[in-house]
This record gives sequence, structure tokens and C-alpha cells, in this order.
Amino acid sequence: MSFNIMFLRKTVNVRNTLNRLPFNLNTNSILKYSINSSNHYDVVIAGGGMVGTTLACTLGKNTKFSDRRILLLESGKKFKWQLKEQYSNRVSALNPSTYNLLDRVGAWKHITDVRYGSVKRMQVWDALSDAMITFNHDELSEMVAYIVENDVLLAAVGKELEQLQNVTTINEAKIKEYQLPKKHEDTSTINMEDGTTYTCNVLLGCDGANSLVRKTMGVHYVSWNYNQKGIVATVKLSEDTENVVAWQRFLPTGPVALLPLTNKLSSLVWSTTTEHAKTLLGLSEEQFVDALNEAIWKTHQQNSMVTEAMKTFNKCLDFIQLPSSAVRQLPPSISGVEPGSRAAFPLGFGHASNYITKGVALVGDAAHRVHPLAGQGVNLGFGDVNTLDRILGEAIYSGSSLGSLNYLKQYESERQQHNVPTMLAIDGLHKLYNTEFTPVVILRSLGLQFTHALNPLKKAIIQHAAQ
Amino acid sequence: MLTKAIRNYGPHPPKKFSHLMKILIASHTTSSSSTTVDHTELKHFKDLSSSWWDEMGRMKALHSMNKLRIPLVRDGLINVGTVKKEFVGTTKPLQDLQILEVGCGGGILTEPLAKLGSKITGIDVSSELIEQAKQHAAQNLSLTNINYSLESIDDHVKRNAEKYDAVVASEVLEHVTDQKVFLEACVKCLKPKGSIFITTINKTTLSWLGGIVFAEYVLNFVPRGTHDWNKFIAPHITQRVLEDYKCRTRIIHGLCYNFLTNSWSWISDTSINYALHAVKD
Repeated sequence: MSFNIMFLRKTVNVRNTLNRLPFNLNTNSILKYSINSSNHYDVVIAGGGMVGTTLACTLGKNTKFSDRRILLLESGKKFKWQLKEQYSNRVSALNPSTYNLLDRVGAWKHITDVRYGSVKRMQVWDALSDAMITFNHDELSEMVAYIVENDVLLAAVGKELEQLQNVTTINEAKIKEYQLPKKHEDTSTINMEDGTTYTCNVLLGCDGANSLVRKTMGVHYVSWNYNQKGIVATVKLSEDTENVVAWQRFLPTGPVALLPLTNKLSSLVWSTTTEHAKTLLGLSEEQFVDALNEAIWKTHQQNSMVTEAMKTFNKCLDFIQLPSSAVRQLPPSISGVEPGSRAAFPLGFGHASNYITKGVALVGDAAHRVHPLAGQGVNLGFGDVNTLDRILGEAIYSGSSLGSLNYLKQYESERQQHNVPTMLAIDGLHKLYNTEFTPVVILRSLGLQFTHALNPLKKAIIQHAAQ
Repeated sequence: MLTKAIRNYGPHPPKKFSHLMKILIASHTTSSSSTTVDHTELKHFKDLSSSWWDEMGRMKALHSMNKLRIPLVRDGLINVGTVKKEFVGTTKPLQDLQILEVGCGGGILTEPLAKLGSKITGIDVSSELIEQAKQHAAQNLSLTNINYSLESIDDHVKRNAEKYDAVVASEVLEHVTDQKVFLEACVKCLKPKGSIFITTINKTTLSWLGGIVFAEYVLNFVPRGTHDWNKFIAPHITQRVLEDYKCRTRIIHGLCYNFLTNSWSWISDTSINYALHAVKD
């Protein structure tokens, strides 16, 4: 009884004080905070690419979000996927951790229903020396990576997303501007071109390397172009093989990689200079296949010092019974390219020094962009999704507001601790292999060979890349 | 200077306590007088309003402490079986529970506990802080399960004996004049099998060094003479007092504040800050 009376008094009190006190608190801002308002969402995700859609699906399936409202804004048309016989040229190499995430949200079964390529072993070698390294689990028992077409992945996640009651997707969403929470505010406002306004407690920017969310946040962003282009294509192998190896060869112009799709097909990712890429795109299909085989097979003239150093080093390794580069599997040769599957995209590096500000977080390419040479780009983004899902769930289970810096900061520091070393390693590899300078070639060859010889070190690398 | 330091003693890295103390002192002068707010105080009030709920403002250490004390209360209540099994892991684990927060201040801890579904009463002796707490809660229309009240625990217990499933007194005990009377009243408010949660500051040389010497005299981020070291209470004393009122201590943890990253972590060492969970027989 006393509780009720006090409660009543409280309500009256609050009304009175609202009128009396000169706070930064007008009726508008109160309405804005109202969760009953139909244009207010707990979470707004800007960008419905692979990472944004998966984030929406992951949060939507998180039991802590069962009574929350999530809005996914995507500028593109509603994605209607149809299985085509021809493989798409845009594929992703998914690491085991990304596999686990997709499996957890129920999307992997849809991918299995369609198709994917399996990588049980990776072989990386240097065009300017005999140095090489392989990555695989013992006896090829476990997958190192899965090769999935981006469209297949998006359709699989989309299928699960459609069934979620707590997630609304708006397609062809034209965002005019974001208003991020000021000092005494808790919500972000999203103004659309058509005049609609949405508000949210936390805004998650999954809007890619040119992120408008990031630009609105005004965080420091380090970026550069590699003056390289990545050429993608679907290529045919000249012989049917058990195609479970991912191949990557470092050429002086950039790495060329073949990712297994089927026993007859592989997906090509060939990074090279912008000028060379232009030439390659202009070639006829036969000429392109010849150029590609040359890139994979051609013996470059090796500097005698490099050859000598490698020989001596391999002898030492043999002597102490560590694996040398003597035994190696030969890469496949290519017989053809799927018509119309050739395309090129620019390669760059980008790093946001902050992933978060109050009520806002950047996810995936909006926060970080890497060279495709290690196939880590999208996996870093899925790693962000995993961490953000866990931390926002914790925030709700602790009664905290979703935009709270205390939780978002944890997301930022956990992800940067993983992403930044990975990004630096990838950029370092790019620089290391982008030269023909003999001392560097010797050092990198010995380094690669040494890493190959040391199983524990290799396992540590596999483990980091799998996270 | 140090003799003065020894006499006054004051612990503790963050600024929050000095601020809290100022507010508590100010409150004694205003709450007894007229409820009409004059302009000087309004300005003061406005300053407070802008800082109390600013996560990175002067109360930031209390905000970041929520990352430990909410799980302490939530999981403590889960572990003793006060929370119904079907609510564990849901978004409202504390639903149906009556909680009292003593010394709720601006409601930094009260609101999250309310969001977890509890019916919570927050009491404080500062009229400004209670107003501030009400003000902030009113911004969120879904927060209908908080009841703020301007009163002391001595008054509150008279009408609310054996009412609550849990009583929370966080960063309050070190400001209380008679801790025995305070704890006795807190325990009286508890139902049998109810839980009391306390976070406070230990009475040790280390907390004296970190607090008065470091915080007040070296770095100057707590005004000199803010805290009275004599009011600090060692964990075994708190535990003994609670035992006198038939409360068994389940857990005592140490807390460690990193003022560079503004984050708290659990440690086994209880010599500066500690948290305690006890259950009434």
C-alpha cells in the first residue's frame, strides 16, 4: 500500500520537476527515449552486406535480444538469390571461427544445401626462391578454410533472418545523415532521404570501407592504396583432382592464389599492379589462361646467392631432421576461364584508430580493410560480429544501456587486440614480398623455411588465423 | 602535512568519492530546509545533472563499477536460489524480486537493477540526488518499477521490515556514522533468506596510502580531508556485525580500480576495496 502511494507521489513529483527545472530535457527528448515509438529501435545496423546481415541475424537469435527491436538498413534492393550453374567470381575463404558463427545462427546448413569448397591444406611459396610453407591439420583431418560464394552466404543468412520477429529489414534505404548522441543524449538519429527518422540506442556501422557512420563519428582513419588491383575469376583445372589445397605464390608483382571450389574448378584471386591488371583484363581467354599458368609455374631466374643460401639452410634442416622444402606438392595447371567471370577491384589498407564512440560501433570493413593476400578480411569482420554479439548480450544481462561506453570499449579493445596485429602482419607480408632486393629475398626465404620447419610456430599461426 | 593526512585519512583513486561526499554534506544542509529551490542551488543541481549520468564524467568510476556489481547482485541472487530457475539467462532475471538500494544517489546502480526486472526502491538522504535520480528515470518510460524516496534507512525500516529479497548498499558504508545501526536496519528490511550486498573501502595502511597520501596529497584529485579514515570498515568487522544480525557471509571479493583505463576487476586482495554478499538466516 505504502509502495503504491509513494509511487503515485513520485509520478506527480517528476511531472512538477520537469516543468520547474531548467534541464536539457524537453518533451521532445522524452518522446525520443520512449521505446513505444515505432521508429525507435534498440539497435540499428547500417549496411546489409555479408557482415551487416550476419550481425542482424546473430543479434536477432541471441536470447538476450528476444524482447528488443533491431533494424537493418540496406541501400540495395531486396536480395533475391537464385542458384546459377556458373560459380560466382566473388568468394570468401572462411576460417573455422566464421564457420562456427554461421553454424550457430543456422546459416551453414543452407550453405551445405547449396555448395562450398573445402581447404584442408594451404601451400604458399616464393617465386624468387625455393622457399615454401604449408599449413594443414594433422593427416588433413580438419578444414583449414571453407570457400563460399558471397551470394550463397548472403542468401543463407538472409533465409534465417527472414524468420526473426525482432529484426526489421528495410531495403533501398537511402540514408541522408546520422546524428550521433551528444553529451547528454543517449540515442542516435538516422535521417532518411524520404524524410523518415529513426532513433536507436546503439548504431552499428557495417557500411563498408567508405563508411558514412565512420565519417560522421570523425574518428581518425589511416588508409592507403597499394596501387594494386585484385583480379578475380573462376578457372577450370586441366585435370580432375581431389581439389582441397589452397595455393598461393608470391610474385614480385603481387600474390596469385587459387582457392578450391570443386574437383574441376578453382577461384582465382590475383593481386598485381594496376597496369598489369588492365592488360590482363584486356587479354583473350586463351591468352589470360597462358598468363595465369605462367604466373603459377614460371621459373623466375633465381639469384645464385639466394639459391646457395637456401641449399645450405635446407641441408641444416635435414641434418637436424626438421622438414625442408625438398618435398612439395605441385600446383594444378589451368585449362580455361569461365566466360565473363574476370573482374578487378582496387586493393587498399584502412584502419580506424577508434571503433567506437558513445552509442556507435564500427564493424567489419568500416573499421578495417586489409590486402586479400591472407584471405582474412571478411573473417576479421565476422570476428567483430562474434565479439559484439557476446558483449552486447552481457550489457543487456547487466541492465546496461546498449550504447554504454563501458561495454563498447570492451568490444573495441578485444577486437583491436586481434585485428591490429593481423593487419600489420598482412601488410608486412605484402611489403616483404613486393621486392626483388636480394638480401630481403634471402631473409624472407630463410624465414619462411624456418617457420615451415617449426611446427609449434605454424600451429600458433593457424590458431591465430582461425580465430 | 602528513600528520594532517594521518588524521584525516582518505582513500582511493577516483574523484567520485570526493564528489559524493560533497553532495552528501551539501544535502544535510538543504534537505532539512525548504523544498523551494533557490537559483544558486539550481545551478549546482544543473552541474550535477550534467555530470552524474555522464559515463565519462566525474562519476565515471561508479558507472564502470556496474560491470562488476551488477553481476555480483544478479549472480549472487541466482546462486542462492532467490531467482526462479526459469528466469535465469533471460533478459529479466530479477523479475518478481523486491530490492532496496540504500544510498542510491543519482540511480547509477538502481536503473540497471530495475531493467533486469526487479521492483526496486532507492533511498537517499540527499534531496538533490533523489530529484536527479527521478529526473533521469523519467526519461525512460519503460522504467516503471523504480520507487525513489528521500529518507534514511533508519526511517525506512520502520515501515518496511522483512519486505525485501535483497538490500544493496554500494559505496555507502564508508560514509555512515554508526555502521552497526546502519547494518542492523538494512538487515531488518530483509526477508528471511534475503541477501545483502555491500561494496565499501577497507581500513588498512594500503587504503590509507592509496587514498589519503596518493589521491589527496600527491595527485590531488580528491580534496584534502574528504574522507574520515575512522569510518572505514574492515571486511572481518562487517562480517562480524552481520553475523550478530544473523547474516552469513557467502562471498568477500577484492576490487581493483585502474584509473588509467577506468575499469574495475575482481582480485583476491581485499585491502583497498571489497564487495561482500551475506544471506539472512
